[in-house]
Amino acid sequence: MSDSPITEADLNAYVDGLLPPSQLVEIEAYLSESPAEMARMRAYREQNAALRALYDPILNEPVPQRLIDVVRNKVARWQWHHLAAGIVISIISGLAGWFLHGPRQSDATIALSSGSASVHLAQVTNLAHHAAIAHAVYSPDVRRPVEIGSEQEEQLVTWLSKRIGSKIRPPKLGKAGYELIGGRLLPGESGPVAQFMYQDAAGQRLTLYVSTEQQKNRDTGFRFAHEGPVNVFYWIDGKFGYALSASIGKQPLSNIASLVYEGLEKTE
Amino acid sequence: MQDESALMISCIPHLRRYARALVSDYAGADDLVQDTLERSWKNLSAWRRDCDMRRWLFGIMHNVHKDGFRKRAVPTVELDEMTFLPVMRATHADQHEMRDIVSALEKLPIEQREILLLVALEEMTYDEVASVLCIPVGTVMSRLSRGRERLRAIVEGHVLASSLKVVK
Repeated sequence: MSDSPITEADLNAYVDGLLPPSQLVEIEAYLSESPAEMARMRAYREQNAALRALYDPILNEPVPQRLIDVVRNKVARWQWHHLAAGIVISIISGLAGWFLHGPRQSDATIALSSGSASVHLAQVTNLAHHAAIAHAVYSPDVRRPVEIGSEQEEQLVTWLSKRIGSKIRPPKLGKAGYELIGGRLLPGESGPVAQFMYQDAAGQRLTLYVSTEQQKNRDTGFRFAHEGPVNVFYWIDGKFGYALSASIGKQPLSNIASLVYEGLEKTE
Repeated sequence: MQDESALMISCIPHLRRYARALVSDYAGADDLVQDTLERSWKNLSAWRRDCDMRRWLFGIMHNVHKDGFRKRAVPTVELDEMTFLPVMRATHADQHEMRDIVSALEKLPIEQREILLLVALEEMTYDEVASVLCIPVGTVMSRLSRGRERLRAIVEGHVLASSLKVVK
């Protein structure tokens, strides 16, 4: 035995197998000379073993679904909250910028002076919000990102135009390296909306969300929202609301938004 | 996000085992786990990626339990409540012994019970236990010693009592 006294902490570490091998010999020598201490340590080890025998089977029990649901539902709810929070932040920063610099474009007519400003803003925000969610939901889908593929573009255009009640044709974005892969119909706030999906050579996807529910809203210039990885450019044009969403930088997305804007004009 | 939720789900069996030993009734234990998961999720931003998720969750469970975790207004009864008994696979005598340990464990002060369970079931080091419970490692050691000794006294007392009965 060495001259350092054996402590209760050493003995507990011995019981729990936490003792460094160098000390093991020392402790065992000590215990072999002290039957009472040996018995005490054996009793402690038996406690550990009994507890494990009693409770370890729980590790192999199927986990109740309600516990898994807590985490899964939180993920879903978190994604919504995160999207909403992100959009609120970007709107606030957008407004701050608006106040500081004034409207950058003459047609950026968000009427802050009018009493309906907050209502109006909320509706415009909803457009970006819903578009961002729709993008987050469908763009990662590998097998079924769209309902009708671009190989049936005419059918897609006819169907979506009929459902949303206005002629709508997806603009060509080939100049920006994006090709249409198809589209789908989605529920909007009061009726159907259309979503077109594009993809570049690297598999990066962007979605164009087209709503025809914006009668109550004034036209806006391009506005930008972002939350987490999804950036959104959106604008109101008559009854149409457009939102372009992608997980790419603000500047490239802005360039594509201009292209979309031009492309839409040509088809109308 | 998906990573964190998968990680959290993978910790549930450990949380359940510990909760069952801590509160010793089936539905109550899972309620404790549920409250722990909910609180953890709310505070997920406080979890650092370099930190062990399981240990972090145990710290939260400790706090939830300490705060007197909320009992469901309507008591829930799990349909698979009885699954606990068949998996014990023990002889009748063993079951008696185990029940002795369960009742002895219940008689330990909660501070000692927690530490003993983290060490015995979760095989945490004393430093880990100290960080989970936010107490100095010296306190962990002294409570562990006292808890073990007390448990031994209770169990051996039981053994004595039952053998006396047999003699009668």
